[in-house]
Amino acid sequence: MTRDPEPSAADKLITARRQAMSAFAQAQQDELLTGISDTPGSGNWSYVRKPEIGLIMTQGRIGGSGAPFNIGEVTVTRCAVVIASGETGHATIMGRDREKARLAALADALWQNPESRPVVEARIVSPIVARLAADDALLRAEADATKVDFYTMARGED
Amino acid sequence: MLDRVPLSPGFQDPVFDSQATFRSVMSAMARPGHIEPVAPLLRPPGPLNPAAAALLLTLADFETPVWVDEGIRCSETALQWIRFHTGARVTKEMAESRFAILSDSSKPVPLQQFFAGRQDYPDESTTVILQVAAIETDTGPVLTGPGIETSLRLNPKPLSATFWVMAVENAGLFPRGLDFLFAAKNAVAALPRSTQIELEG
Repeated sequence: MTRDPEPSAADKLITARRQAMSAFAQAQQDELLTGISDTPGSGNWSYVRKPEIGLIMTQGRIGGSGAPFNIGEVTVTRCAVVIASGETGHATIMGRDREKARLAALADALWQNPESRPVVEARIVSPIVARLAADDALLRAEADATKVDFYTMARGED
Repeated sequence: MLDRVPLSPGFQDPVFDSQATFRSVMSAMARPGHIEPVAPLLRPPGPLNPAAAALLLTLADFETPVWVDEGIRCSETALQWIRFHTGARVTKEMAESRFAILSDSSKPVPLQQFFAGRQDYPDESTTVILQVAAIETDTGPVLTGPGIETSLRLNPKPLSATFWVMAVENAGLFPRGLDFLFAAKNAVAALPRSTQIELEG
């Protein structure tokens, strides 16, 4: 398989949207709420698919490169909304929070509109990504503090 | 890619609307030739009519490949709507479809190419949904059989010239065979494989 040295503009856009959707899905509800209320065009939307709760099977790989296996089912809520400018936003979030699913879908729709995207990036995506990175760093620091170096004591021969 | 074509919504209330529609289909199947109301608040993209679209949302899911006729196949909006709201795969193979939908029933379609089920699993056959403008009950072929007290007439319009001939052949396959649902704007009538058809004249 050959890999394209320079990803196309469309690929970059997909990667960026994927990162944004991932951030929306991991956001707290109030992070989405405040960010969305700052975004123009956020008041005019309608449902394409009302929030629905269901199960999906999560998969894992040992060490990130082993064969995929099923971990178990996780409760998810999915939702799709359309905004006045025509973009359809989708969201699938873990848990049963319908309102958060709606907000995440709305954020995705607003992100797709080139006019509101900079606002969404600055007011929603960036703060969430920063908060997630901080949470992760804190957890790593806590785990690192408990690290023990095991070594074999040199044994006095004779 | 980014979603450019706005999707129109499905059922207002997915649970109750699909249950009400299912009830109508069940009653229609139990009493062939009777007209049952189907009235969900549904604005599907053309050329789907509301009743046919409601049947599809109620019956089709990710395990039932759906075959669509030329009119729907040409409408990317309609295809996208079916895929999004039902999760069903739209197939080009008539023989593997579990549901089929004809947006224009006046065009002849080789119905015998749909899957009529196997002798040991006759339930696996294709259910064909035919969109029609109106369903008349004072003219048309005479129906008898299970679910019909004496006899009654059914005349969905418009249908292709060959439809009733093929339907008679289909009834002869029993217990195998296709089941037909006629979807007018807000009504549905059924012609299951068990119904005997007597053509006029």
